[in-house]
Amino acid sequence: MPLPEAVMNRRLALSVAALALMLAGLALALLQRPPADPAIETTTGTAQIGGPFELVDEDGRTVTDATYRGKWLLLFFGFTHCPDFCPTTLGDIARTLDRLGDRAERIQPLFVTVDPERDTPAVLAAYTAAFDDRIVGLTGTPAQVAAAASTFRIYFAKVAQGDDYTMDHSTVLYLMGPDGRFVTHFSSTNGSEAMARDIAERLDRN
Amino acid sequence: MRRRTLLFAALTLAALPSVPLAETGAITVERPWARASAGAADHGVAYLTLINDGSDSDKLVGAASPRADRVEIHTHDVADGVVRMRRVAAVALTPGATTVFEPGALHLMLIGLTRPLQQGERIALTLTFEHQDAVTVEVPVGPAGARGPQHGHDS
Repeated sequence: MPLPEAVMNRRLALSVAALALMLAGLALALLQRPPADPAIETTTGTAQIGGPFELVDEDGRTVTDATYRGKWLLLFFGFTHCPDFCPTTLGDIARTLDRLGDRAERIQPLFVTVDPERDTPAVLAAYTAAFDDRIVGLTGTPAQVAAAASTFRIYFAKVAQGDDYTMDHSTVLYLMGPDGRFVTHFSSTNGSEAMARDIAERLDRN
Repeated sequence: MRRRTLLFAALTLAALPSVPLAETGAITVERPWARASAGAADHGVAYLTLINDGSDSDKLVGAASPRADRVEIHTHDVADGVVRMRRVAAVALTPGATTVFEPGALHLMLIGLTRPLQQGERIALTLTFEHQDAVTVEVPVGPAGARGPQHGHDS
């Protein structure tokens, strides 16, 4: 026996509502997934990226998060023995700075190595200069680097390759505000045009 | 007239990297390009496109350059925001297929550079295949952070 139209409509409405809820839940779950280390559990659901760190800059000076307070940070973790991915991202950062023009003065781009064994301050200085003088490379003791990576939820692992090794690492780029707090992240596939547009809008609002 | 001839010659030269550079068998090598090595880096990277116009499958099994101790075929696997670079033994080239080596994907890693790769120079790169004869191409070197050959556009 066919159901009355009103019941049918209500059932349809309920199904649509249930489906919408499911999709919203799925979207939320995806959004809240940490962009980096899958091993780090998040229980609060809020982004806890960034915080205190202590590293060593290209001149061998100890720097902390407080060193750069007042500047927007564009932060990327990589290593110099990375022929493909890191140069692409550092090239994108350089092109982003160029696109931002004078606004770029408010930004401190940082390249943090996940390979402190090989990436000394001098190695980093020569490396970052090949992309843009404004990019500062940071290294440290293995413990300092591991702590900074953890603070920024960056995953990295040393992987043997023949008699050499390479590093697996998170590809995310972070934009931190002048107060040191997390603002947003960019994917390495965004490219400089989208990144510059987003950063310019944020700089102009603040 | 003379000026126009020069202009024509300049344009022809500028267009060179986009025309097939080497074609000895069924595999054509197009758009080879490399990046300047950064700082004291003793490694570099080169990219190109391989087109199999033949009717038989082949494989890229190796590469070499007089400018590096060795050249390895690498690829990237990006999952959950983590990039993993891995060596590849060979790249299958099926008939009719175009295989693109590009940033973030397949690339040729030059390991143990004899001297830094500098923007503006050209380096020789020899590709070895399972079946057809080896092919040597001249690879123009672009900026360290280039996303493509310099006659294209950086993003």
